[in-house]
Amino acid sequence: MAALQVEGPGRPGAAGVAGLNAAVRVEGLARRYGERVALSDVSLTLQKGHTLTVFGPNGAGKSTLLRVLATLLRPHAGTVQVLGCALPREAWAVRGRIGLLGHEPLLYRDLGARENLRLHARLHGVELGRVERLLELLDLHRRATDPLRTLSRGMVQRIAIARTVLHEPELLLLDEPHAHLDPAAIALVQPLIGPSSKRTRVICSHDPAGGLAEADLVLGLRGGRAALSESAGRVGVGEIAELYR
Amino acid sequence: MRLTVAALLRKELLVELRSLQSVPGMALFSVSTFVVFHFALNRNSIDGDLAAGVLWVTLLFAAMLGVNRLFVADAEEGGLEGFLLAPVDRSAMLLAKSLALLCFLVALELVAVPAFALLLLAPSIGQALPQLLGVLALGDVGVALIGTLVAALAVRTRARDLLGPLLALPLFVPIVIGGARATSPLLALGGAGEPPARWLATLALYDLLFGLIAFALFDFLLED
Repeated sequence: MAALQVEGPGRPGAAGVAGLNAAVRVEGLARRYGERVALSDVSLTLQKGHTLTVFGPNGAGKSTLLRVLATLLRPHAGTVQVLGCALPREAWAVRGRIGLLGHEPLLYRDLGARENLRLHARLHGVELGRVERLLELLDLHRRATDPLRTLSRGMVQRIAIARTVLHEPELLLLDEPHAHLDPAAIALVQPLIGPSSKRTRVICSHDPAGGLAEADLVLGLRGGRAALSESAGRVGVGEIAELYR
Repeated sequence: MRLTVAALLRKELLVELRSLQSVPGMALFSVSTFVVFHFALNRNSIDGDLAAGVLWVTLLFAAMLGVNRLFVADAEEGGLEGFLLAPVDRSAMLLAKSLALLCFLVALELVAVPAFALLLLAPSIGQALPQLLGVLALGDVGVALIGTLVAALAVRTRARDLLGPLLALPLFVPIVIGGARATSPLLALGGAGEPPARWLATLALYDLLFGLIAFALFDFLLED
């Protein structure tokens, strides 16, 4: 935990030497949608191989933060560095090294699981054998040809997780990854996106206990600002629950 | 790049084949429009300039239906963001979408041209058919490129159904003019003449111009 650096608005420049080994480094990040401020003065440093869990009520800016880190949104102020690349200038270099699991599965409803995953495999230059292995691993092979619109939300979530890890990304950006999944399905996806995946992870969660258990670092957002920014060992479930009051 | 375009084009055609959201609507619209013209003009048959104008205007309005739907599945189902996260040249999307729209236009014309000949056209189309197909192909390339560019621009706006036609129709005007002028001699009552070379060249130049503009702008249109 000593290597972790947590920067809140009141601790500028705390990244220091540890920042050199950072997978994600954000300083003074701001992002607006028109007049509405979605993120303001957010700073954090996340080391490679560690997990940051982001908590906060609906509309706090969690998904916006993930989308900025995923290169889908441009920061309006501040600096963002992901896997050593400055965004948005070097976004091209970091795409393909990130796996984003958002609220939407980023898949086509009229295509089957296999067709969707093969499309993404071709876009990422991944051999098609990995698609079959993932379908097998996530117990999707029996329904692999059915159009997604005929599948349950839980099955679509599993396919979305397969898409997220298809290209073996170094950084996982996971927005409520267990949404719609039953306990058996959660057990299936854990080796791919859980702590044992050994990947750097940024997770958005509404589950204080579950999210805290997976975290090395905790960021609590409220109204787009960092209301809590601390190492996981120094945060209690009660403090996280406060964010939602 | 070639593999990426092929994968994206395959996806476009599969999605259309499964959902049938564009081509059937475009074909039905064109046939309905010919029927409306048949009664509105109060003539059993038309030829020359009038026939060429009716054919091109109908095809372009039918094409607008396809243009409006071109990015809808990508935007609504998140596929566009899936593509944006991939380490590939964004121009692959432009090429794949343009080729897909070109396929939709060819499918439209397979229905619309025979329907036009049957419902409205006075002269037999048989002799002029190869040249007519050539002129249509030149127009289709321009419509596909402009349509893809405009659809990419409109898809991120709330008023995309309105913005698409508003932006596309003025840009389609040179294609209507060039296409109709080049087609008119082919549909003349006294026997098919040669399409004027200058209008064919105009169409080809317009295609080239918008091909270059589309390649230059497409990346920026997809960015946040």
